[in-house]
Amino acid sequence: MSTFWSVWVIVIFVGTVAGVCWVLFANRKIEVKEQPKDGEVPKTGHVYDGIEEYDNPLPGWWFNMFVGSVIFSAVYVVLYPGLGNFPGLLGWTSSGQWQEQEQRADDRFDAIYATFEGQSIEELSVNPRAFKMGRRLFGNNCAVCHGSDGGGGYGFPNLSDDDWLYGGTQEAITASITLGRRGAMPGWLAAIGEDGVNQVTEYLFKLGDRDHDESMVDAGEKVFNSFCAGCHGADAGGNEALGAPNLADNIWLYGSSPEMIKTSIRTGRQGLMPAQENMLRESKIRLLASYVYSLSRQQ
Amino acid sequence: MGSEGKQDRRAPDESSHVLYLYETRNKIYAKRFVGFFRKLKKRSSIPLLLGYLLTPWLQIDGRQAIWFDLPERQFHIFWMTFWPQDFMLLAWLLIICAFALFAVTVLVGRIWCGFTCPQTVWTMMFMGVEHFFEGGRNKRIKLDLAPWNFNKIWRKGGKHGGWLLIAFITGFTFVGYFNPIRQLSVEFLTFSAQPATVFWAFLFAAMTYMNAGYLREQVCKYMCPYARFQSVMFDPDTLIVSYDEARGEQRGARRRDDDRRAASDLGDCVDCGLCVQVCPVGIDIRDGLQSECISCGLCIDACNAIMDKVALPGKLISFTTENKLENSKTRILRPRLVGYAAGLVVMISLFLYVLVVRVPLELDVVRDRSLLYRETSRGLVENIFTLRISNMDNRDHDFQIRVEGDYEFKFIGDQLVSVEAGEVLTHLVRLALDPGFLETGNADITFVVQASDDDKIIDSEHSRFIGPFSR
Repeated sequence: MSTFWSVWVIVIFVGTVAGVCWVLFANRKIEVKEQPKDGEVPKTGHVYDGIEEYDNPLPGWWFNMFVGSVIFSAVYVVLYPGLGNFPGLLGWTSSGQWQEQEQRADDRFDAIYATFEGQSIEELSVNPRAFKMGRRLFGNNCAVCHGSDGGGGYGFPNLSDDDWLYGGTQEAITASITLGRRGAMPGWLAAIGEDGVNQVTEYLFKLGDRDHDESMVDAGEKVFNSFCAGCHGADAGGNEALGAPNLADNIWLYGSSPEMIKTSIRTGRQGLMPAQENMLRESKIRLLASYVYSLSRQQ
Repeated sequence: MGSEGKQDRRAPDESSHVLYLYETRNKIYAKRFVGFFRKLKKRSSIPLLLGYLLTPWLQIDGRQAIWFDLPERQFHIFWMTFWPQDFMLLAWLLIICAFALFAVTVLVGRIWCGFTCPQTVWTMMFMGVEHFFEGGRNKRIKLDLAPWNFNKIWRKGGKHGGWLLIAFITGFTFVGYFNPIRQLSVEFLTFSAQPATVFWAFLFAAMTYMNAGYLREQVCKYMCPYARFQSVMFDPDTLIVSYDEARGEQRGARRRDDDRRAASDLGDCVDCGLCVQVCPVGIDIRDGLQSECISCGLCIDACNAIMDKVALPGKLISFTTENKLENSKTRILRPRLVGYAAGLVVMISLFLYVLVVRVPLELDVVRDRSLLYRETSRGLVENIFTLRISNMDNRDHDFQIRVEGDYEFKFIGDQLVSVEAGEVLTHLVRLALDPGFLETGNADITFVVQASDDDKIIDSEHSRFIGPFSR
């Protein structure tokens, strides 16, 4: 806050409090010209549109409550931030409070996470308590993309099957969560042409035992070997080091219909798994990894 | 504030005077006067008090009979357990209570205020303690004016000690409705109670001490909304505490042997002022019906006793109606009352009906929102649903899950789950369908959950199956 706005806020605050005090104390008594007739309720002499105000005094303790709230606000701005740039004697900040609460939560939950310390992910994956906590962590952090059941969706890999883009070992899963993954499949239309796209597709269908046009398979195999096998392997079994998927198992990340597969070949695909290392602590990532690991074991 | 106070705030100057707009509170020293209505009040408040104090000690099925378990969000009332989902019932219960209050007010005025309201009952108790330690009205006034000496210190100390004891028992009992009171009493005796529990117990104790010890009639006059809108419900046939002005005026003191009717134009009121002295809200009932009056009838007790002494008929101040005072008949059955009563009967019957047919099962269905649908490698379309099955019964149940809709969905996941009493089970299921069947891209479905051992425990929830719009 610049000095001008700081002064502005201070002036408004002090002015308001002073104004409230003035209203409170200036209205303690009122001089009335007219003497009330006997047996009549006295009036304040205020008349608006012929409506007269009876003298119904405010209870004294109510007035004291007003005074109390003025004192409270004065004490408040001395202790807490409020008077322009003055930070308050207690040094309270909202981010500090958040950190404090986070710390308190960490202290509380660290004790629980500590019970899983030193256990391997394989051990954790059969621990029912770790499984339950992992499921909750998964629901909060992963289910948005991978689905509540970890079954994945269009562009988001299925985590509950045995097919892994970057490997299904404990280390690989942990690395995928911690550092994230960036999948990059370039588009091949310019290099192999529309005919090439169609031929490769038929070849892949043959590998996956789907209906295919036998006449195009040989040409497709040639295109595959010169352009695709570098990443996806000569047998189209994929390469976990690159994150290149297995193309022969009929598991498709971007849809299994011929048109979808052809689109993938023509224009390529860009996948991104964001790194979680700045969001989740190591203890949480381990539980998540064990949960994901157990998901694939269940099926 | 009485008429005395208003006099004080007037300056003697003739041409103009000063009004003070903030009231200096005049302490009310209510005189104790035992009579029919005080006894009635005592008799009506004792069962209420005992009910409040003893209810949390009742046990049913191994738990506290009435226990509002906030952390678990379960509200046990005798054999029933209510969940936050049942809050509608609470809303209806409160509406019924409000309606009952309206009906009672139309018929008998502010009987609630004078005889059963906790503010009155506790204030009477506190006044009793005050009377025990400090004596009657005159003694109390003298004691307050007296300098601090040993006598004043022990009397005041005793009074505040008594107040604090009652206040603490009240606060402790109140917290006992939310924490099991038997365990709580042990914890309090061994100083091992949770700080939060101690805080609430002492907060309610402090509130009781303040409300019944100090604020008293101020609560009725300035805080209670009921006192302010009562006039809407009053009609000329409503029972009110009233002074018979026609009979009483011209008020005035007289000697005991005066023959009032023959000797003067004086009315029956001897202007002894006792009705003002006994009033716990500090008004003069002879000024007519006032918003401060809580219909406690203490002035009736006082006046009847005096009338008896001066050999005049009683009931100069009495529970009566405006119509009666004007010598016309009081109608009890009048459209307003009949309307309130009929509404009340209908609402209570509906409430009881809902209570009886209430199913202790709640099903919530949450669709995965980010993944509209998923295609499997076999070309099926899958939707993911999270079912939350709340078993609100006091027994464990096995539940059968099925889905109803226009299509034959493939149900992936357990269709038989067991849920413990009071448990909320989160259960993940998937539905799969060949998208070729879907004509419009989506389909309405209904999940049905039914207990295997009791057909009546059944709940259903609508949801939607979403697939690709066109292929």
